[in-house]
Amino acid sequence: MTPDLRELYQETILDHSKRPRNFHEIADANATAVGHNPLCGDRVTVYVRLTDGTIADVAFVGQGCAISKASASLMTDAVKGKSKTQAHELFEKFHRMVTGRPGDPVDTQSLGKLAVLSGVCEFPVRVKCASLAWHTLEAAIQAKKEIVSLE
Amino acid sequence: MAKPAKVLLNVPAIKADFPILQRKVRDRRLIYLDSAATSQKPKQVIDATSDYYSRYNANVHRAIYELGEEATREYEGAREKIAGFIRAKSPNQIVFTKSTTESLNVVAYGYGLKGKLQSGDEIVGTVMEHHSNHVPWHFVKDHKGAVLKYVDVNDDGTLRMEQYDELLTKRTKIVTVTLCSNVLGTINPVKDIVKRAHEVGAVCVVDAAQAAPHMSIDVQDLDADFLAFSGHKMLGPTGIGVLYGKPEALDATEPLLGGGEMIREVHLGRASWNDVPYRFEGGTPNIAGAIGLGVAVDYLTKLGMDAVRAHEMEVTQYALEKFARLDGVHTYGPKDVKKKAGVLAFTIDNAHPHDVASILDVEGICVRSGHHCAQPLMERFDLPATARASFYVYNDLEDVDALVAGIKRVQEVFA
Repeated sequence: MTPDLRELYQETILDHSKRPRNFHEIADANATAVGHNPLCGDRVTVYVRLTDGTIADVAFVGQGCAISKASASLMTDAVKGKSKTQAHELFEKFHRMVTGRPGDPVDTQSLGKLAVLSGVCEFPVRVKCASLAWHTLEAAIQAKKEIVSLE
Repeated sequence: MAKPAKVLLNVPAIKADFPILQRKVRDRRLIYLDSAATSQKPKQVIDATSDYYSRYNANVHRAIYELGEEATREYEGAREKIAGFIRAKSPNQIVFTKSTTESLNVVAYGYGLKGKLQSGDEIVGTVMEHHSNHVPWHFVKDHKGAVLKYVDVNDDGTLRMEQYDELLTKRTKIVTVTLCSNVLGTINPVKDIVKRAHEVGAVCVVDAAQAAPHMSIDVQDLDADFLAFSGHKMLGPTGIGVLYGKPEALDATEPLLGGGEMIREVHLGRASWNDVPYRFEGGTPNIAGAIGLGVAVDYLTKLGMDAVRAHEMEVTQYALEKFARLDGVHTYGPKDVKKKAGVLAFTIDNAHPHDVASILDVEGICVRSGHHCAQPLMERFDLPATARASFYVYNDLEDVDALVAGIKRVQEVFA
């Protein structure tokens, strides 16, 4: 693989796309949302069980490319146990990373494993793939009714 | 066993005409396999458009001075070339629009919505249409009460012609069909479809966006009432499209755009319209685009449309054979190149089409991924998305080999 490609399809990303974590429905979820990227046909449903403003449990189901699936999987691991506000702040940092310029410093301390997706910024058309699950999570915890659609 | 191709077109010489094919992408030779989305442009077309702006830029049909006459002459000359290209009886049957989409909207609006259609009249389409040949007819349904019916496809990607016969009734007023599918590559038996439509008194609208660039079209032989295509898929500029119509069909069509050029006389509160085709060309047209398209038609005519088709059959046949030997790779649409244009939709097990396109991109290979503006067809085959390679005059067997090597690399990543 070329360096660009190795960056985009790191081992962790391939692992999470092939064996996504938290890939199931949550029967007693009290917040859910559906995200759709019509351009590539990706569709994701995010389930959240909120307890006193904290994400006690989070999971997802759906279909999509390796980047969107891995991103959803990594996201669920990352936000579990966090407050709604913390999750939102993490999304903002994540979004800054994937829309940043190649070579920009990555805040690995707060992003943790999510930093493996930093290679996405080399491929601007893939930003939507990486952020679909996050937008859907936001919609779920802010109790938005409509389907999230990334055009 | 793949046999060495009979070279029908001099591809190296053709490649040399396309400046963009000389550039590199991510340090690799550009292998452009997305001509079904838009084709590349030869320097002859690029020069013709820049020549218009540098030497005789003026508005058409208005200016009394020499520059205006030159511009009008070239613009109308392009119309004549295009009429000849599809064997229309007269250049007056050629309307310049901005795209196939606009052409189809002109027909749906002017003939369907504002024309003679009554509530309950039926429009027959197919599930393999591009969105641009679906959505304009939705307007006719929503605003006029027309009934939409669709011909399904067989699993091999050909139209279910026996079902088409069943859908035709005395109330069928419009049949609309693509000459060539932009996903499956299926070449539809349009002459037969038109004949059967005429037998029940319907007009037939043909979407030739994927056909006009790749095969010779004879509108008189097809007997189509309307036929639409775009310049940018056939080596021409973007923003220029064509609507062909039979005189009686165009006469029965109300204009979509009101404004300059399309009128004869304007008074406060009323106007009379110009003759066809100018009636449909309200506003200053895409003059450079039309002239560029005329030169694209010259370029294709010089290659010979039969040679273009034969070349693409050869490349497609080679690709189908190579793909058939790849495990875990699936292609869609007819396998017989006599029924298929150079459009190859495919999926790879365990690899999403988006990932396929990204990995191929790093190899310098441009393919489309997604639903190809044909969501009803994707639903029919229960596919969220596919990758799609499409071939044109500047592609050769080496490009197919590069694609196959790229696919193997995709499979390595997702093994």
